[in-house]
Amino acid sequence: MSVLILADHHDGQLAGTTAHVVAAAQQIVKDSGGDIDLLVAGQEVQSVAEQAAKLDGVNRVRIVDHTVYAHQLAEPLADLLVRLADDYSHVLASSSTTGKNVLPRLAALKDVAAISDILDVVSADTFKRPIYAGNAIATVQSADPLKVLTVRSTAFDAAGETGSAAIEAVDATVDNSLSSFVDERLEQSERPELSAARVVISGGRGMGNGENFKLLDGIADKLGAAIGASRAAVDAGFVPNDMQVGQTGKIVAPELYIAVGISGAIQHLAGMKDSKVIVAINKDEEAPIFQIADYGLVGDLFQILPELERSL
Amino acid sequence: MKVLVAVKRVIDYNVKIRVKPDHSDVDLTNVKMAMNPFCEIAVEEAVRLKEKGVATEIVAVTVGPKAAQEQLRTALALGADRAIHIETDERVESLAVAKLLKAVVDEEQPDLVILGKQAIDTDNNQTGQMLAALSGMGQGTFASEVAFGDGVEDGYVRVTREIDGGLQSVALKLPAVVTTDLRLNEPRYAKLPDIMKAKKKPLDSRTPEALGVAVSSGLELLKVETPAERKGGVKVGSVDELIDKLKNEAKVL
Repeated sequence: MSVLILADHHDGQLAGTTAHVVAAAQQIVKDSGGDIDLLVAGQEVQSVAEQAAKLDGVNRVRIVDHTVYAHQLAEPLADLLVRLADDYSHVLASSSTTGKNVLPRLAALKDVAAISDILDVVSADTFKRPIYAGNAIATVQSADPLKVLTVRSTAFDAAGETGSAAIEAVDATVDNSLSSFVDERLEQSERPELSAARVVISGGRGMGNGENFKLLDGIADKLGAAIGASRAAVDAGFVPNDMQVGQTGKIVAPELYIAVGISGAIQHLAGMKDSKVIVAINKDEEAPIFQIADYGLVGDLFQILPELERSL
Repeated sequence: MKVLVAVKRVIDYNVKIRVKPDHSDVDLTNVKMAMNPFCEIAVEEAVRLKEKGVATEIVAVTVGPKAAQEQLRTALALGADRAIHIETDERVESLAVAKLLKAVVDEEQPDLVILGKQAIDTDNNQTGQMLAALSGMGQGTFASEVAFGDGVEDGYVRVTREIDGGLQSVALKLPAVVTTDLRLNEPRYAKLPDIMKAKKKPLDSRTPEALGVAVSSGLELLKVETPAERKGGVKVGSVDELIDKLKNEAKVL
């Protein structure tokens, strides 16, 4: 058994989620003692490969440096993975937008099923994953020769960084006339990445408008927290969509999640209910969020937030 | 330009689901069903393309039991011209759905295929990508904007995609596959006269066998369980009490 992991990276930085995917791979090879390889595909990704080589349990880092992979487009990445996949029993990626974009394409090209967003490795061919917005957990078994899996990174502890895997260049370029990169508009933020933050504070429709989200800034700064939002807040145009926590946004499982002015719809809970401690601040005593919150505070967020910031 | 839209019949998004006592699956008996919300957005986008004069014909397709014809009629009421129902009572995994849709793509030769990015029951987020792979097309997944003309070369579509750090735009050669994100558009409601008219629109029924596709899968569903229940905690009376609890009881501050 051997596992190939497609590493997520951006701007020369390896994404933190990759260490969690390595941990999932370690569970897959636990009994067989197979190898775990990491694939770093992109343009000018030497530093990413060096970061990846430090992850514990990684046998080797395979690096492919070419302009065709520069923007992580699905068409060339899937073709590249098809070329490499025959040496492996499993191909993994995190459930990032890149992993979700590329891996099903690979699976179809190899005529095998893809298994999305695994939460647990039962054995090398059996996995647990959430369905119905996390309201049920399915156990699925794959009889396919190649297992193609995306991994919910918050469900696995990160692998350590004391390793020193070999870095090997792979000479594999593919043609891509199907798609081309046009541009990218990324949100700039000094705060920790939402899906990896230890503390997350999220605002919902109750915030009233985008301007009021500034009330969360001071608290987030004091707690070293990332700021998230409910779909209602995103759809109302208060904040950009990449802040959305939920079934259709990001899945987070921080140590502390503070939901402010969020009612707690099924869609939102799917994205945060595995947080260790949940705090709800809402003026509606009956809001469903209080049914899962460890600590609830009923009141006006416009009074509570400034007071909270002062008291921290 | 011909547009193919795939829709799925799923449990209504507001329903609180129940797991069957024998853990074989989720219980769908007597549960309200509806069109998957992401598929509604796909239909709406196709209809808007037709209203802009970009699309000339919209074909809606579904894979599912007899009852899934309800969702095709909904798509027809919203503006699709005709519908194709691939009828099966089996559990059909994403790869088999993609193969069935590929067979329809081969027959219909659409210039654009629009699907939702994921179904809210299986939460797979796979079918569009798989269909693109099997059909040898480019894919614009998690689309929040789909543009033709206006600086976009003829024979291409520009798709703005929602990615983890923000937005990314790609140009795809047609024919291409697009999957919809929530912010692509706001679906309209079907009006009663349109619902009546939709009953007269053509709806072809097909079978997987007739399309030459086996719906069997390498994937077996062993068990479905309810996740560990999270119980509500306590309500605190003040900010000070909250901070005290977080520091001394939960120890997360």
